[in-house]
Amino acid sequence: MLEATDLECERGGRTLFGGLAFSLAGGELLRVSGPNGSGKTSLLRILCGLLTPTRGEVRWKGEPIARLREEFTRELIYMGHAPAVKDDLTPAENLEIACRLAGLSPTSEALQAALAAFSVPGLPVRKLSQGQRRRSALARLVLSAAAPLWLLDEPFAALDVSAAAFVDELVRGHVGRGGAVVYTTHQATGIDAAARVVEL
Amino acid sequence: MLWRDLLLAVRRRSDVATALLFFVIVASLFPLGIGAEPERLRSIAPGVIWVAALLSSMLSLARLFAADYADGTLEQMLLGAAPLGVIVAAKSLAHWLVSGLPLVLIAPLIALQYDVAAPLYGVLALSLLLGTPILSLIGAIGAALTLGLRGGGVLISLLVLPLYVPVLILGAGAVAMADAGLSPEGQLLLLGALLIVAAAFAPWATAAALRISSE
Repeated sequence: MLEATDLECERGGRTLFGGLAFSLAGGELLRVSGPNGSGKTSLLRILCGLLTPTRGEVRWKGEPIARLREEFTRELIYMGHAPAVKDDLTPAENLEIACRLAGLSPTSEALQAALAAFSVPGLPVRKLSQGQRRRSALARLVLSAAAPLWLLDEPFAALDVSAAAFVDELVRGHVGRGGAVVYTTHQATGIDAAARVVEL
Repeated sequence: MLWRDLLLAVRRRSDVATALLFFVIVASLFPLGIGAEPERLRSIAPGVIWVAALLSSMLSLARLFAADYADGTLEQMLLGAAPLGVIVAAKSLAHWLVSGLPLVLIAPLIALQYDVAAPLYGVLALSLLLGTPILSLIGAIGAALTLGLRGGGVLISLLVLPLYVPVLILGAGAVAMADAGLSPEGQLLLLGALLIVAAAFAPWATAAALRISSE
């Protein structure tokens, strides 16, 4: 499904990586690994089209993603470092907005169920802890089964054991359905055994 | 998206109040500084009200995309299912509803301070109604271009103020024309034309600028 050829990324005059090539089929799990500052986040941003690589290109089902634009972005979920939740809104409102931006229109029961699955309290996000914010952002994964490609940047950061296990389960379920997942992490996680590794 | 931005504005009422209060205060300072000769006040009223509207609309521009940029929502917008131009248009509309529309509504009250003749209130409000959305649309381009830069606030003013000049001239001109007993139709039609052009092109320019500054 996803194919990267001869990717090179330059940030601030420094080449982070070059000559990177891999392909990812449905039902596969890919872990991007490397020390801090090695360009893991940049690679994920290149894969979803937010960043243009200095050289090389990314293809989705054989078509370059730069040409596909919305046709491609509709098919993917990208979870960046920043949780993309607003302090002034409740987790349910945040989740609904994230889903609507992605072109989904979930019912309020589905929203509540997704938040309950991550046990996020119904308080305004301002009053939540770092881990709870993270959970409320990740709740989107429960509703995003239809998107074949998941790009997760440090999904396990700030999560406790039970939440991390639940993310494991979601990722496994997605891969089982034939979806593809690319993720980065510094922790040892339950899905690592099943994952191919790209070392930066 | 429109609904979200309005909801956020309601949750953070103080931001809205600041822009409106700024407009009222700037417009009220002039009579105090210049003196209370009705003749002179009447003649400067359109210009002063328009300049105050322009500055107050610019006050909130820097925040248009900054919060979304900082918390990662902007990335999700760039990766959204809807074309980015449509999302930007919705955000510009929300910006106008929050920062432009209140000015239109309160302008007749300010005009009262300047002893502007009552029949001119309609022309003043209409010129602001046509002009302030242009300010939001053009301002969005500036806000997108300066996103994430240090000193972006000052840079926005430098980028955007020259582009505001035609709107200012036409808007204040319409009221001055009506004051002189002539028909303001020409200026208002030109403002309307500017609004249509800005509404058609500015969101796409803003979208392109956002893609560049979020790289």
